Amino acid sequence: MATTTRLTHDEKINKLNKVIDKYRGQGRKVLMQLLQEAQAVYGYLPLEVQRMVADALDLSVAEVYGVITFYSFFSLNPKGDNQISVCMGTACYVKGAQAVLDKVISELGIQVGECTQDGRFSIHACRCVGACGLAPVMMINENVYGRLTPDQIPEILAKYKEA
Amino acid sequence: MDLYRTHVLICSGTNCTALQSPQIIETMEKQLKRHGLSNEVKIVQTGCFGLCDDGPIMVVYPEGVMYYHVQPDDVAEIVTEHLLKGRFVKRLMTIQTSATGGKNYSAESSKFFAKQLRIALRNCGNINPESIDEYIGNDGYFGLAKIFREKMKPEDVIEEIKMSGLRGRGGGGFPTGLKWEFAARQQSEQKYVCCNADEGDPGAFMDRSVLEGDPHSVIEAMIIAGYAIGADQGYVYVRAEYPIAIERLKIAIEQAKQYGLLGNDILGSGFAFDIGIRLGAGAFVCGEETALMRSIEGKRGNPTPRPPFPAVKGLFDKPTILNNVETYANIPAIMLKGADWFSSYGTSRSKGTKVFALGGKINNVGLIEIPMGTTVREVVYDIGGGIPDNKAFKAVQTGGPSGGCIPASMLDTPIDYDNLIEAGSMMGSGGMIVMDEDTCMVDIAKFFLEFTVEESCGKCAPCRIGTRRMLEILEKITEGNGILKDIDDLERLAVAIREGSLCGLGQTAPNPVLSTLKRFREEYVEHVVDKKCRCGVCKGLTQYEIISDLCKMCGLCAKRCPTNCISGVLGKEPFVIDKSQCIKCGACMQACKFKAVVKR
Ligand SMILES: Cc1cc2nc3c(=O)[nH]c(=O)nc-3n(C[C@H](O)[C@H](O)[C@H](O)COP(=O)(O)O)c2cc1C
Ligand code: SF4
Ligand code: SF4
Ligand code: SF4
Ligand code: FES
Repeated sequence: MATTTRLTHDEKINKLNKVIDKYRGQGRKVLMQLLQEAQAVYGYLPLEVQRMVADALDLSVAEVYGVITFYSFFSLNPKGDNQISVCMGTACYVKGAQAVLDKVISELGIQVGECTQDGRFSIHACRCVGACGLAPVMMINENVYGRLTPDQIPEILAKYKEA
Repeated sequence: MDLYRTHVLICSGTNCTALQSPQIIETMEKQLKRHGLSNEVKIVQTGCFGLCDDGPIMVVYPEGVMYYHVQPDDVAEIVTEHLLKGRFVKRLMTIQTSATGGKNYSAESSKFFAKQLRIALRNCGNINPESIDEYIGNDGYFGLAKIFREKMKPEDVIEEIKMSGLRGRGGGGFPTGLKWEFAARQQSEQKYVCCNADEGDPGAFMDRSVLEGDPHSVIEAMIIAGYAIGADQGYVYVRAEYPIAIERLKIAIEQAKQYGLLGNDILGSGFAFDIGIRLGAGAFVCGEETALMRSIEGKRGNPTPRPPFPAVKGLFDKPTILNNVETYANIPAIMLKGADWFSSYGTSRSKGTKVFALGGKINNVGLIEIPMGTTVREVVYDIGGGIPDNKAFKAVQTGGPSGGCIPASMLDTPIDYDNLIEAGSMMGSGGMIVMDEDTCMVDIAKFFLEFTVEESCGKCAPCRIGTRRMLEILEKITEGNGILKDIDDLERLAVAIREGSLCGLGQTAPNPVLSTLKRFREEYVEHVVDKKCRCGVCKGLTQYEIISDLCKMCGLCAKRCPTNCISGVLGKEPFVIDKSQCIKCGACMQACKFKAVVKR
C-alpha cells in the first residue's frame, strides 16, 4: 500500500528553505500561501518552522502562530504516515459515519487529531469530500473508501499496517 | 482538428474518480489502441453528470447511451460490442440498487433528468474541463465576446444582469446586478472581483463540481464582472481540500492566458484582467465575505462589521465584489442568451435555476439543477427516486448549519428563496439532505451545533459561548438527562445568539435547533420525558437486546462483542446481553444474521 515516502530531516529543511526563499520579503499577503507550501513539504508547522516563516516575511512569531491556529488545515503536530480522514459531512453522518469513526477510533486506540505511538496512523474528521454518492466515506491518504460499515474497518486498516 | 465518429464521455469528478474512473479511462485507451479505433473514437474526461450514486458513469455519443456502475473489466465488452458492432451493452444500462430493487432500467435516469434544467451545469458532464477548445465549442467566451463586439458599456452589462433577476447562489440571495452596481459606482484606481469557492456547508459539493466540470465558465464570468465594475484583478478563494478543482482551475487560467482572454487587451478591447487562486485552509467562517477577504490578506479570518460593505471597502480596503461559484456559472449564459431568456424560468422573485447536492437517505444521490419553483416532492420522489428500503420520509434539510428542516407536511412547497424561508429553512448554498424515519431530529440538531461550536471564530460572546451552552443542553438531552426546562432554555438562548452575533455564522447558528423544535417538538419531549429515542440513534437512550425467540444460538454476536458481555450456550441456550457492560457499539446487531438483536 502506498505510504508517503519519508524524507530525512535535512532534505525537508532544504526543501523548506527553497519555499521560504520564494516568498521572502513579500510580507503578510503571502503568509497563507507560504504556510500551505511549507506544510506540504515539512508535514506540519512546529515552532522552528514558524520562526523561519516569521523571519522571512518580517512578521512576529505570535502573528504567524495566530494564523496557523485559526485554520484547521494547518497542523502544529506531525501527522501519521497514513492519514485517515473519516467524512463527517451531513450526507455521511445521516448514513452512519459516527459508527465508522467510532470503529476506527477503537481499532487504533487513539482519538481524532491524534497520531499512533509508532507514527503510522493519525485520525482526522473531515467535511464532505464530494463523494456523497458513496456515503459514508473515509479516505486513507489519497484512497477513498465508500459505502462503509464498521465491520469493514479492521480489514481495510490491516492493508496499511502491513506496508 | 480530427473528426471522430464516436465520443466516449467518462466522468472524472471526485465521486467517480474514487470509483476508479481513471482506471477505466486507462483500460479504454488500451482497448481502443488494440482494436485500431484510436483515430475514430475519442475519450473525453468530463465533470460530474450528477448521478453520483450510480457511478462510474460513461456516455457514448452520438447514440447518447449511458452506462452505469462501469468497472474496468466491463470496458472490453463495451469496445467490442458497442463501439465495434454497434450493439448496446444492455447489462450496464440498467441501474441496479440494493435488495429493494427500487430503481430499474434507464427510465429511472430519464426521470432523473426530465425535471432538471441545466444552466449553471450546462457543460458539466458534456465537455472536457481541461480543454478550452471544447468550452469555446459550446459557446464558451461568446458572452464575453458579445460585450466587446456590441460595444456594450459596463452600465449595459450591469443592466442586463439586473434585468435577469439573478440572485446570489451562495446562500444570501442578494441581487447580483445591484451588488455590481454599488461597486461600479465607487471611484477607485484599484478594485477587485472575488469568487467564493470555500463551500463550507458540510454536506455539499455543488461549487466543487462546477469547478471540476466547467472551470472556464467561472473565469469568463469573472472577466465580465471585472469589466462591469472596473476591476483588473480577480481572486478565486477555493478550499485546499479540493485538489482536483484547484488543478483544473489552474489549467483553465493558463489556457485563457494563452488565448488572450486573460491579461492585457482582452480580445483587442483594451480591457485588462487577471485571476489568481488563493487557497482556504479549513475554516467555515471564511466563507463569510469579510472573513474571506481578511484571509486573502493573510490574516486570521475574523469577520469585520459591515458597513463598510465590501463594495465600498473590501479586499485590501479597495472596492470589491464577491460572488459564489454557481452565481458566476450563470453569467455567461445570461450575457449570451439575454436577461429575458433567463428570467423566463423560475418564480416571481427567484429567477433561473438552483443546483443542489442531493444526499442522505435517497435513492439517487447526486448533483441536480432544477428550475426555481420545482416542489420538494418532485425533487425527492421524481428526481431523487424516493427513499431506499421503503422507509418513510421524515424531512429534507437545506441550508446546512444555517438552515432547517422541511417536514413531510410541506413536501409541496415550491422551492425558491422566499418559500424556503417561510417554511422555516433557507435556500442556502445547495446542500439538500433527505432524512427518513431512522434519522433522529434531536441528534441532527446536535450534529449541526457541534459544527458551529467548532467553527465559531470566537470574536463575539453570544456566538462563542451561547452555541456551546446550547450544545451542552442538547448533549444532556440526548444522553437521557434532559428536563423540560431545557427546551425553553434552548429557545431563549437561540434568540439571544441570533440577535447578539456579529456575522451570519452566529446569527444563523440556532436555526437547525429552532426549526427541528418547531416541526419535531414531540421528539424532543420524548427524549426528555420518556427517555426514549424513537430512532435508536441517541446512545444514552438506547439499549441493545436479544429477542430470545428469534435467537438461533449461533454465538456470532458474542464473538464480535468487544466487551465480551454476551453470554449463552452454543446451540442450547439463547444468548443474552449484560446491559451493564454493553458499550452500545452495535457490533452484535450487525453480526446477527437472524435479526434477533434489536435496539430499543
Ligand atoms: C458563516 C458563513 C459562511 C458562508 N459560506 C459561504 C460559502 O461557503 N460559499 C459561498 O458562496 N457563500 C458563503 N457565504 C455567503 C457569503 O458571505 C456571501 O454572501 C456570498 O459568497 C456572496 O455571493 P453571492 O451573492 O453570489 O451568493 C457564507 C456566509 C456566512 C455568514
Ligand atoms: S458570530 Fe461567531 S463566527 Fe461570526 S464573528 Fe461572531 S464569534 Fe465569529
Ligand atoms: S448472532 Fe443472533 S442468532 Fe446468533 S446468538 Fe447472537 S443473537 Fe442469537
Ligand atoms: S452493542 Fe456492542 S458492547 Fe453491547 S452487547 Fe452488542 S456488541 Fe456487545
Ligand atoms: S458528506 Fe461525506 S462525502 Fe459528502
